Amino acid sequence: MKNPTVSSTISHSSVPIQVLVNKEIAYHIRSWRFIILILLIVLTFGASLYVSSTGLKEAVNNMKDPDQSFLYLKLLTTTDNSIPPFHVFLNFLAPLLGIALGFDAINAEYNGGTLTRLIAQPIYRDNLLFSKFFAPLTVVGTMFIALVLLMIGGGLLGTGVRIEPQELLRIIGFTLISVIYVAFWLSLSILLSIRFRQPATSALTAIGIWLFFTVFFPILVNLAIRPFLPNPNYISEQEYLSYNELILNLLRLSPSQLYLDATTTLLMPSVRSLGPIAMEQMIGAIPAPLSFRDSFLMVWPQVSGLLAATMTCFAWSYYIFMRREIRS
Amino acid sequence: MKDPIIQLTGLTKNYGKAKAVDHLDLNIYKGEVFGLLGPNGAGKTTTILMMLGLTEPTTGTAYVCGHNATRNPIAVKRKVGYLPDNVGFYPEMTALENLTFIAELNGLQKSKARSGAQDILNQVGLGQDIHKKTGDFSRGMKQRLGLAEVLIKTPEVAILDEPTLGIDPQGVDEFLELIKRLSREQNLTVLLSSHHLHQVQRVCDRVGIFVGGKLLAEGSIDSLAHKLQQKEGITTWISFEKTNANVALFEEVLKNLPAIRKLSVGDDSIEIKTDGDITATAVRLLVNNGADILSVQRHDYALDYIYNTYFENSKTSNSEHEKSHSLLHN
Repeated sequence: MKNPTVSSTISHSSVPIQVLVNKEIAYHIRSWRFIILILLIVLTFGASLYVSSTGLKEAVNNMKDPDQSFLYLKLLTTTDNSIPPFHVFLNFLAPLLGIALGFDAINAEYNGGTLTRLIAQPIYRDNLLFSKFFAPLTVVGTMFIALVLLMIGGGLLGTGVRIEPQELLRIIGFTLISVIYVAFWLSLSILLSIRFRQPATSALTAIGIWLFFTVFFPILVNLAIRPFLPNPNYISEQEYLSYNELILNLLRLSPSQLYLDATTTLLMPSVRSLGPIAMEQMIGAIPAPLSFRDSFLMVWPQVSGLLAATMTCFAWSYYIFMRREIRS
Repeated sequence: MKDPIIQLTGLTKNYGKAKAVDHLDLNIYKGEVFGLLGPNGAGKTTTILMMLGLTEPTTGTAYVCGHNATRNPIAVKRKVGYLPDNVGFYPEMTALENLTFIAELNGLQKSKARSGAQDILNQVGLGQDIHKKTGDFSRGMKQRLGLAEVLIKTPEVAILDEPTLGIDPQGVDEFLELIKRLSREQNLTVLLSSHHLHQVQRVCDRVGIFVGGKLLAEGSIDSLAHKLQQKEGITTWISFEKTNANVALFEEVLKNLPAIRKLSVGDDSIEIKTDGDITATAVRLLVNNGADILSVQRHDYALDYIYNTYFENSKTSNSEHEKSHSLLHN
């Protein structure tokens, strides 16, 4: 019997990284884990959309609100306070999404005995790491884009109001930042999956970091600052503002704060500062929405912060994975 | 002599202070089935990992198929198929999907990869199970699938790490037969690591005995046995009918045999230890001198004996170790 020969097909052969990414995507979309996560996201999206659409008429007719003309942004952000708006929800869910898709990326392969087999194939090791990173992001990105497109389509059908180009840009920007936020948590959990041999350990550690940043970090910052904070009644307004700024900046060490800042600014065009504004600055300002460009410039530090954190995690995992000896 | 396809020179790997592999020099030639024989923890797997560029040697070089495995591992991996011990597959994928995936990673197109995978699965005897999920596979089936995966890239060298571990005896027979047949049909060089000497004995042209990171002996099984005989000599036991046996005469006759090391004559038996094989001569002499021979037994240096000798030497004190070492190099 003869083997099929490789040499004859090498000219139009498949690219290893593509094969790897395809396999990863197929694995994710068939896994129960992902189906459950999708259901979770779709449910919260549906719920917040339902709440916002019931209050939509009121919000759009509210003449005091400078953002009242942005119907589609209102659809994403309006809430009657029974449940938070979608971007605040996502602030909690996106880490879960990233962690769930990455916590066993490398160590499950290691424990299953498939990692040795994979790296004994003629592929570069970083291809494996890239595929573990890009495949879940592709899936998540596709899901987010599908959701917002569904929302826009539903809004068009329901209200018949034309979507402003600016609104579209802002919504796409919001989607993009959400994907970057997921990417951060994904790269963190991939790092942990390389560092720890047991998937359970890496999942717990990732969830621990997530809880720390969402629950304990604000408390810690408060605790750390309060002893140094003089009584607000005895200091000048200038000093008061600088203390306020300091606290905010410390809070911005947390990725969820960065995400919240960025999405709030993008989805609410009238937000013109992420810090406190002095009375003098407010005088003469017309409460009008900012242009997309201005909003985007305002969140640029936040976006680059998120990107930098993602890169750092990824580079670190790259460093520890590339030279690790892998034996079964 | 032709160039070796695997050439290891001074290969050393230290883990901290412990030496996993210690200045290993080994040449393996094309078409050979080479058995790397050693107890657990001898450094077999580490050596294999260095050959594939999966771990870096502390010093020394490994050339496989003409490429430096440390500097250019991709080129090596293109030509070498590797079956790790403890091989695993994606449990949610079928055998065919698993194999097609690996074939595609090796640059085959999807359609060709699929048909090629089907052929090879038939070849290794998994034709019935191609659409079964590998999560349900038994250990033996997994090993077969692992072998299929080695073969699908049409390698020049196949490296099999403990391929028979955990398979039942009949499965081992079939598996070894398969390896032997495939290596012959496709002129495949096979490096097989194992601690089961009987299995190695059955398929390998040449073996290397590898203990404590050192290659203690290397060669065909016959030549290893020969070397050992030179050291130990050959022992022959002959027993004969006690009545009307002229023991003194027997001793007189046998004394004149060449290269005799030890001769002890009892009432009804004789033990002779010599450098060369003199069993036939001794028996003839005895018969001519009127002995009624009942049984003749020659100490046979099978691989078992070689293996145990080397292993025991390695286990005992260092000086003993040195002795066995120097023996093999003269």
